[in-house]
Order: sequence, then structure tokens, then C-alpha cells
Amino acid sequence: MGISLDEVKKIAHLARLELSEEVAQTYAEELSKILDYFASLKEVDTDNVQPTFHPLTWNTPMREDEVEPFEDIEAILANAPELWENMIVVPKVVKAP
Amino acid sequence: MNSFNLNSLTIKQALELLDEGKISSVELTQACLERIKKIDPEVKAYLYVNEEWALEQARLADEKRKAGEHGKLLGIPLAIKDNILIKGHPTTCASKILQNYIAPYDATVILKLKKEGAVFLGKTNLDEFAMGSSTENSAFFPTKNPWDLERVPGGSSGGSAVAVACRMGLGALGSDTGGSIRQPACFCGVVGMKPTYSLVSRFGLVAFASSLDQIGPFALNIEDTALLLEVISGHDPYDSTSAPREVPHFTQIIQENANTKFRVGIPKEYFEHELHPEVGKNFEEMISLLKRLGHEVKEVSLPHTKYAVSVYYIIAPAEAASNLARYDGVKYGLRVEGKSLMEMYKKSRAEGFGREVKRRIMLGTYALSAGYYDAFYLKASKVRTLIKQDFLKAFEEVDLILTPVSPTPPFKLGEKTSDPLQMYLSDIFTIPVNLAGLPGLSLPSGFTKDGLPLGVQIIGPHFGDDLVLSLGYQIEKELNLELIPPILKDL
Repeated sequence: MGISLDEVKKIAHLARLELSEEVAQTYAEELSKILDYFASLKEVDTDNVQPTFHPLTWNTPMREDEVEPFEDIEAILANAPELWENMIVVPKVVKAP
Repeated sequence: MNSFNLNSLTIKQALELLDEGKISSVELTQACLERIKKIDPEVKAYLYVNEEWALEQARLADEKRKAGEHGKLLGIPLAIKDNILIKGHPTTCASKILQNYIAPYDATVILKLKKEGAVFLGKTNLDEFAMGSSTENSAFFPTKNPWDLERVPGGSSGGSAVAVACRMGLGALGSDTGGSIRQPACFCGVVGMKPTYSLVSRFGLVAFASSLDQIGPFALNIEDTALLLEVISGHDPYDSTSAPREVPHFTQIIQENANTKFRVGIPKEYFEHELHPEVGKNFEEMISLLKRLGHEVKEVSLPHTKYAVSVYYIIAPAEAASNLARYDGVKYGLRVEGKSLMEMYKKSRAEGFGREVKRRIMLGTYALSAGYYDAFYLKASKVRTLIKQDFLKAFEEVDLILTPVSPTPPFKLGEKTSDPLQMYLSDIFTIPVNLAGLPGLSLPSGFTKDGLPLGVQIIGPHFGDDLVLSLGYQIEKELNLELIPPILKDL
């Protein structure tokens, strides 16, 4: 089961990755090979099998919805790529009217 | 001068000497730092060493001991894999995207270690975001195997395994999603343990695949491994998958079980795979050893084993693609400017992530995308159920299961980097354990004729971590191996 160059580009867009033409081509080949290997899963009968998303599960733990202040906001802001006062600067996301 | 070598101590021995006042934590920490200076330029286990910080913690530990405090790890220098957060210090995940990230809080395991007085030496190298089996995928440099510098130390926790093997730390923490503690422990001749899923909190571990990730210890022997596990385990309200259970006294239980006889299963399917002849021979010797110790050895069947690698390499990348969506250049991490927000996302991620990480994000996004979800992600999750049921059924007949850790001895640097599938297949014996959420221990079991370390894996039922360690303790005592890499012998 192959994956085409166009599909690779579509997936890269969904994953928000910029890929050069050359890298996209390599990924198409590598991923096709890996997907071929996965094909053997088809032979397993899973008609009446429930999926496992977690190996062990507990009831979802509940707690009171209380505000816990984080003590070191400065340490979080220090990791931001660009700051203006206590706000993180990002490129403009709304178009001017 | 001391009459013993500060660089050859186990945690237990060091604690005894510290308690008797024969050594100080500062001396012990200094010895590790000197060892790092001498050996690390060759093996490159550490991404970050902070001498001043380490010695300050050691001084504090010495003061506490003088004041009569007795932490379970008071004054013991440890190495931490660089995907676990220590407040105020870098956490890079060996990725360019987190190159300048300073952790704003402590992981729960770090808080627990701090509470018991451990000393942190620094952060160790890994495959980027823990994705890999050789530590060659680090964005900064590969780590080398101290038994043969041309070979890989295994991965992804290669740095932690090498740090312990070279006595550049008395113990270490790693993380294991598909074998990332057990395989490097095996390749480097140290003990490594992946605990039962949910036994150890993952709060503050950078997420890779959340239904598989587990933090665990590396040490020189089982006693130290049991002690580290005892300290880091326990329920944590900050990790919703954390088990609400009491932590067993592992260090005590292994002594109590010193003569307990177990029923040990050998999965016949594990021999359908190509096994390196020396791995096969060593494993046969381990089976004989179990019989000699009086354990009952039985063949068991895990019929869905051959699908485990496929299942894992669908589920883990799918979860990784979701978890790594947070690296978008907005709030932290690398930002590469673009004309629009979309362009900023794409450029930041393209430049920040390395090749294998991107490959897995692509694979995972594909497996989750419309039209392929049922055929890949859902199908894999159903086969995962069958793999788990295989184990549960086997554990109705046996207490523990014994397998090799890796189908081959440590391979050469560069040997598998050009073929991702070959690299993935090297995890065949460790992956099923994560899929089922079981505890797995990697224990040194001998050497190849060229002197490379070999290892054996003990798998237990859910929360059978104490049994796994108990059998490991018996095997370790019987084997009594000398595990000193040649690189240390000239010192």
C-alpha cells in the first residue's frame, strides 16, 4: 500500500510541517515501505474486539474546581519567543477590514 | 584518602558510608563530576552538567545528614533524562525546538527525589523526544556505547544508561515508551526497569505517547533499582492516569522473596523471530539457570506477538502527532518568523523537529486522518487488545515471563539509521510490554565472545513489579557478573 507524493504533501499540511520537494519524495518512499509492513494487520480477525486506548483504566478522578495560583509566572513567560509586557506576541491572525 | 574507590559504589554502599560518616556527599558528587570530565568527552552521555548546582545540593545533603535527617537517597548523585523537568534547568528533549527551554516547575518524580535528598548532576542525552532505539536521533550528538565506542548505547534513554554504566552517577531516570529504558540498559550492561503503567506519575515528563510512556530507574543492581522505584512510585493527583494504590516496599520484598520459587513462562513465539546466535545461546543458559534455581519453567503462547511492532508504530506515532501539536512556535520553544500564523507554524516545526520526529508525526497524522483512521489507528487499537489478552491469559498459568531484551547485541553507529523499519524491528521484544501496560525489567545476563553485554527481560503481570524485581534479584546473585566497561579499566 503506497502513499503518493500528493498525499504526503496533504499530510504535511495537516501536521503543519513545511517540507521541501526532495524531503517529501523521501518521506513518500519511506512511509510507503512502513505502511506495507503494517498490511499484515489486515489478516487479524477483530470483528468482535473492543479497542484498547489505555492499558489500565481507572474511573476519571474528580476534584473540586478550585483555582490554584501558579507561583512562578515569570518562569513561564521567560520561555516565550516574544513578549510585550506580560503578553505573548504572535503574528496578526485577523485581517484588517 | 579513602581506602575505597568512590567511583565504584552502589547506592546502597554509598548510603552506608555516608551514614557512617566515612564519606560526604560533596566527596561523592565531586568524584562523579571528575569521572564525567574524564569519560564523558568520549561517550557523550550528558547534554547538561551543572557542577556548581550539583555541589550546592551535595553540601545541603551533608548539612541535613549532620542535623540528623535520613532521606532514602540523601546525598546520592543521580542523572536525569532530558525529557524530565527540573525547575530552573534546561529540558531540551534533545530537540532544537526546545533548545532554550528552562523548566518552570518540577516533575513529580523530581519532587519525590528531592524530598529524599537526591543530588542532580545534570541531564542526559536521548533520541529526540525519546523517538529512537540508538540515541543517534539526538539533535545535538550521538551517545556512544562504553563497551565499544563504535557501537550505539541503545535508546532512547542512551545517555542515562551510559551515565550509570560509566559510574558518572549512581543511578538515573529514563522513560520507556517501547523499550527506551530496557534496551539501552541491556546494551550498556546495567539494570533498567519499566514499571507497570500508572505506577509512576508522568507529570513533568514531556509527553511522547501517553498510553505507553512510563518513567523508570537505571542502576548498577537490583537493590538500587528497587530503592529508586520505591521513591518515585505513588499516586499523583496531577496525573489522571496515576494508580490510586499504596507503593509496595520493593527493597524489603526482594529480600523476603530471596528463595521464592516462581512459575516462569517462555513465549514460544519469541523464537520465531530472527535471533542473533549469541543472544539465543545466552537465553538458553538463562533458562537452565532458572531450572537450576528451582523455578518451574513452562512454555507459554503469545500468538499476536508478530503484530506488536505494527500496532506500536501506528499507535505511538498517532499519539505523538497529537502530543507534539503543542510545539507551534507560539508560547515557548523555537519560533521561525513567517508571513502568516500558518507559515510561522510550518516553518517553526520544520526547522525545530529532526527527521525521525517529523517522520513519526507524518505517520501518526496519516493513521489518524479521515479515511485511514479505521484501517490504521482503530485496527491497531483492537489488535492491541488481543496482545494484552495474550499476556493476561499467559499469566493465568505463570507468575512471570522471561524473554531476551533485544534480538541482537549492540549494533554499530550508523548501521540502522538509513532504514527506519530495521530500527523499529529492534524493539520487537520490548514493545508488547508497553502495549499491555506491564512491568518489564532488563537485567545483564552475560557477554558476547567479543565482550559486549547481553540482557534478559523479566515481564510481570500488572502491578507485579515486586515479583519482577524479586526474580531479577535471584538471577543477579546467581550470575554475579562483573560489569565494568573496558573504558573504565585504565583509570
